[in-house]
Amino acid sequence: MANRKIVDARGSFCPGPLMELIAAMKAAQIGDELEILSTDKGSANDIPEWIRKVKHEHLETTEENGVWHVLVKKAK
Amino acid sequence: MKILIVGGGMGGTILANNLARRLSTELRSGKARITMLSASDKHMYQPGLLYLAVGRMTPDELYRDQRSLLEPGIDFHVDPAEEFRLDKNEVRTKGGKVYGYDVMVVATGSRAMPEEIPGLAENSEMFYTEESAVKMFRSLQKFQGGKVVIAMGVPHKCPMAPLEIAFMLHDYFRNRGILDKTKIHYTYPIGRVHSLENVAKWAAPEFDRLGISYETLFNMKEVDGAKKIVRSEEGTETDYDLLITIPAHRGMEVIEKNGMGNRGWIPTHRHKLNMEGRENVFVIGDTTNIPISKAGSTAHFEAEALGENIAAMVKMGMPVREYDGKVFCFIETGNDRATYASFDYLNPPDPKVPTRAIHWFKLAYNKLYWASARGLL
Ligand SMILES: Cc1cc2nc3c(=O)[nH]c(=O)nc-3n(C[C@H](O)[C@H](O)[C@H](O)COP(=O)(O)OP(=O)(O)OC[C@H]3O[C@@H](n4cnc5c(N)ncnc54)[C@H](O)[C@@H]3O)c2cc1C
Repeated sequence: MANRKIVDARGSFCPGPLMELIAAMKAAQIGDELEILSTDKGSANDIPEWIRKVKHEHLETTEENGVWHVLVKKAK
Repeated sequence: MKILIVGGGMGGTILANNLARRLSTELRSGKARITMLSASDKHMYQPGLLYLAVGRMTPDELYRDQRSLLEPGIDFHVDPAEEFRLDKNEVRTKGGKVYGYDVMVVATGSRAMPEEIPGLAENSEMFYTEESAVKMFRSLQKFQGGKVVIAMGVPHKCPMAPLEIAFMLHDYFRNRGILDKTKIHYTYPIGRVHSLENVAKWAAPEFDRLGISYETLFNMKEVDGAKKIVRSEEGTETDYDLLITIPAHRGMEVIEKNGMGNRGWIPTHRHKLNMEGRENVFVIGDTTNIPISKAGSTAHFEAEALGENIAAMVKMGMPVREYDGKVFCFIETGNDRATYASFDYLNPPDPKVPTRAIHWFKLAYNKLYWASARGLL
């Protein structure tokens, strides 16, 4: 079964959730799922945009009490 | 209480001195002991590398003797940790000694890894070590014009360095009178020119004004030295005559080898600063996995919070405060102006218009750093 890893980027203004995800991708294996937690609304757009560009998979985005959960899968 | 600090860089040194002051009575009575292990007898002021790379500092200005920065009560050894025996509360060093502890703090920093991108080490200039910064300055001096590309990997320490090197190169080429023959092209990994939104909003028009072109969502994948092209994960490429890079970082190898953190980043509680799952092991500086800037100021503020807490643990058996995510970074915007960004977990930064006064303050800080490391500032 694929691993699911939480990347807790709440309150991260710098480097910010997308940078945290880019770094976490380097440490992940193909097939791993990463769930990024972000308090920055922009993450709901810019993470899926980057994931599409580099051809990983965006699984879902949800919001709960001001925290965005963006679930992605390392595809290559 | 035996306190062991592993790492004598910014975080470790500020913490050790902070503790030695708070615990001066306990150190004298033998109730507390502070031991520091480091990999070098020298302490480098790393921000100075940026100036070294453009010929505005010389290597000797970057160093002090580590022992001279430490309070007298601190037991200092140049003997790097090799094996962390967390279950036994002890560390074995390269020299074969074993140090036991009641409380350990890990502050071993991070390192740039150019070798992870094919072609990068052989075909680019960097400034994150003394040797590479001197080599970069030599290449700059030989450069007579062409396209200079700035590219970086994630994560990297000092989030302001990408912008600063762009502005400093602009002024360097202008001073040499070759700006009209030089094109600076700045790339950045995410969808704006800096991770801090407010800084990006200010920097992009500044780049436009100075004629620095930029390209976002650019994560280096490989460098083709023969064709002089750098390609991105995003499927784009850009050609260069001179490639200046900040490679992606990892924590130290010793952290990875001991299974303490993937790629050398130790899982750390963002407020308490303890290593996840360990009550008596704390982590500060670059080697934490906390999602904030890997910067000296982060290490500094973490060291102050932790110093207060460890001293309180010695004196009354429990910590007294939490780290709030505070970071403060100067931003050099060329040869004669600077601004700054200050933020924490809850409050974003709001950088002001760059001024000469802040630039002078940064230059003063380049000297004042030694007082700061000693715990005086
Ligand atoms: C070019 C450049 C510019 C920068 N500019 C700025 C700036 O303007 N502002 C800012 O805030 N930050 C800046 N930084 C970042 C800053 O220098 C680092 O974030 C900071 O030094 C991190 O502190 P640290 O204590 O975690 O690690 P370091 O200061 O790197 O110290 C690590 C220490 O651990 C020791 N060590 C390594 N391995 C072992 C081992 N196995 N056992 C024992 N000890 C070990 C090393 O010898 C060293 O003493 C800059 C960095 C660079 C490279």
